[in-house]
Amino acid sequence: MTGSVIVTGMSQAASGEPTFDFSTNVGSLELNTPILTASGCAAAGRELDNYFDITAIGGIVTKSIMLAPRSGRATPRMAETPSGMLNSIGLQGPGVESFIENDLAWLQQRGARTIVSIAGGSAEEFGKVAAKLRIAGGFDAIEVNISCPNVEDRGQVFACRADTAANVIQTVRRNSDSRIPIFAKLSPDVTDIVEIAASVAQAGATGVSVINTLLGMVINTSSMRPALAGVTGGLSGPAIRPVAVRCIWQIRNALPDLPIIGMGGVRSGHDALEMVLAGANAVSVGTSIFNDPSAPMRIQNELEHELRIRGFTKFSQAVSHAHREIDSTLQINTAIDDLDPTDENWDFISE
Amino acid sequence: MYIGMACSVASMNSGAIQVMGEVLDVQRTGKYFVMSVTAPGIAERTQPGQFVTVGMGGEESSMILRRSFAIQRVQSRGIYGGTLEFVVSPVGKGTRWLTKLRRHDPLNLVGPLGKPFTLPTKAVTCVLVGGGYGSAPLIMLAESLRDRGCRVDTIIGASTEKKLYGELELKRVSTSLTLTTEDGTAGVHGRVTDALENILESSQVDVVYSCGPMPMLASVAEVSTARKVFSQCSVEESMACGIGVCMTCVLPVVGDDGITRMLRSCVEGPVFRGDRVRWSDVGTIPDGTLGKEVVRP
Ligand SMILES: Cc1cc2nc3c(=O)[nH]c(=O)nc-3n(C[C@H](O)[C@H](O)[C@H](O)COP(=O)(O)OP(=O)(O)OC[C@H]3O[C@@H](n4cnc5c(N)ncnc54)[C@H](O)[C@@H]3O)c2cc1C
Ligand SMILES: Cc1cc2nc3c(=O)[nH]c(=O)nc-3n(C[C@H](O)[C@H](O)[C@H](O)COP(=O)(O)O)c2cc1C
Ligand code: FES
Repeated sequence: MTGSVIVTGMSQAASGEPTFDFSTNVGSLELNTPILTASGCAAAGRELDNYFDITAIGGIVTKSIMLAPRSGRATPRMAETPSGMLNSIGLQGPGVESFIENDLAWLQQRGARTIVSIAGGSAEEFGKVAAKLRIAGGFDAIEVNISCPNVEDRGQVFACRADTAANVIQTVRRNSDSRIPIFAKLSPDVTDIVEIAASVAQAGATGVSVINTLLGMVINTSSMRPALAGVTGGLSGPAIRPVAVRCIWQIRNALPDLPIIGMGGVRSGHDALEMVLAGANAVSVGTSIFNDPSAPMRIQNELEHELRIRGFTKFSQAVSHAHREIDSTLQINTAIDDLDPTDENWDFISE
Repeated sequence: MYIGMACSVASMNSGAIQVMGEVLDVQRTGKYFVMSVTAPGIAERTQPGQFVTVGMGGEESSMILRRSFAIQRVQSRGIYGGTLEFVVSPVGKGTRWLTKLRRHDPLNLVGPLGKPFTLPTKAVTCVLVGGGYGSAPLIMLAESLRDRGCRVDTIIGASTEKKLYGELELKRVSTSLTLTTEDGTAGVHGRVTDALENILESSQVDVVYSCGPMPMLASVAEVSTARKVFSQCSVEESMACGIGVCMTCVLPVVGDDGITRMLRSCVEGPVFRGDRVRWSDVGTIPDGTLGKEVVRP
């Protein structure tokens, strides 16, 4: 299933198949398709455009940008882990002005839907970055990275407390155009993620992006020291997917109307479907891009297939479908194993 | 001396593609394995110094990161289309998995990646220095330089004979070949930089090209720059994506404006000017680097 390579941006509208409505409304953010890139895993889209048409997916979420240029952490910055990786990049970036001039301008000229991820060391910095973006314009939404465990803030991150998280979101909201949707990116490293989600929603967030990386650590047994120069790092990739699904489920359960962008270890359309069923209105693909540069496009095509074979005619029907009442009225095919011809495997008959 | 280094390809890897290749052959040589694979579309575009990344362990593998390998040679082979070769030193899970592959096994390849060596526009005198499997990309480089009429003196070295690589191929394409081993099991007893200093002392050299372990590159760059010889070094930094999107593979490099930046070795390298990399600061963010946070007491 994950074998397709050199995928181009063509939609898989195979002849004869009924049309499928892939659009999604993530609050006021309307997207043609629900697949996005995850912040920090796609830079500003330019490199990936070489592997697939970046305008054919839902949108590009750019690397979190701060007010000033930033060199990031010392190397080594990554370590591979079982079905995942740790990273400790430390938000290396060119600063918001250069970002607006080069990256945002390019994305706009390319015609890609753009969600700008912003970060800051203080609520004021977040506000200043948002203010600069407001003047520049030319993007569709803001994702507020309040949860990056790499930013040194005396060991604390904004996302781990409801009040600090809400404070940042309020500041960003005040400094942004009121029509711009704002998503708060939450950390799973909290006791009660629902409490944080509720507080950022209260503070003016359009929705939430879940999840950011989990804090982890690897020790190099040759040097017998921490593998990362930054000692700890953020765990991402398929290893964290069940944590992401759980977080999405809990937030959806508690806040049925809150728009959710789901992410964490999505590697196939099947994985993306799992998040959608749990409650995600859109799905971001991160670490899997490192494994397969065309992953977002491939996963989008696979997700459409997964939805079609289950009998969905609209993406929106599948959102939160795992939360449905037993007596749901929607006629959806749940016995897909009988239907999918690709499952037929008679190779064992050798004649 | 101005030798007119050709300005090279786009820095965005704009020609890179992902293809499903097939293993044609796995040959053991010393401590290494040479893999020949079909890579239609990649092989045709490869320039010396570029690399490929290889997906590990199949589609559902728990090794989610691709591994990088320098391309040592490309060929056009009739029915296979473009094929390429790279050499693997089995040092860990992924590289050991690779060396167990056999003819006809599929291989997921992305390439050609990275900035190639810049080639002189005139027939100049070049010294190539390779350490361990670092001599692999020098094979393709030496061929290109000879095609341009350059003199190519090659030095390859390793800690011990079994870790020397590319002797036969490099002997064929170089004007002269010097071998060094640190334990004296083959060639000259000593390091490649000793041999490099001898050549730089005895003859007029225009460019030094080098690939190998970082400490070796640091000495090669230092020796060359001290004698005002232009050098290009291909570095090896740990990479997560290999295509410029993750910022894992950075090292401190001084720009034309004198400012140090943390550059991505997968797209802005792996080939850098030897006099521009802050070798002794690799692994750190040296003071003065653009965007380095000033730590408050
Ligand atoms: C541009 C470039 C060219 C290279 N060319 C060659 C070559 O021609 N022949 C060859 O044998 N090796 C080459 N290497 C090194 C090779 O990529 C590593 O040896 C390999 O990734 C190790 O993988 P592993 O699973 O065996 O080791 P593990 O230690 O299990 O790897 C764990 C993780 O660390 C990374 N890693 C570990 N060691 C290195 C290293 N030395 N460099 C980069 N990443 C590393 C791996 O990619 C992986 O993500 C090159 C590296 C780079 C960056
Ligand atoms: C190398 C790397 C860099 C990242 N940088 C950022 C970042 O700048 N801002 C952010 O909000 N999340 C960042 N993330 C987190 C991802 O956006 C995502 O939330 C997380 O990795 C889980 O998804 P995944 O498993 O699909 O990667 C980064 C992740 C990785 C692996
Ligand atoms: S390895 Fe990802 S940017 Fe170089």
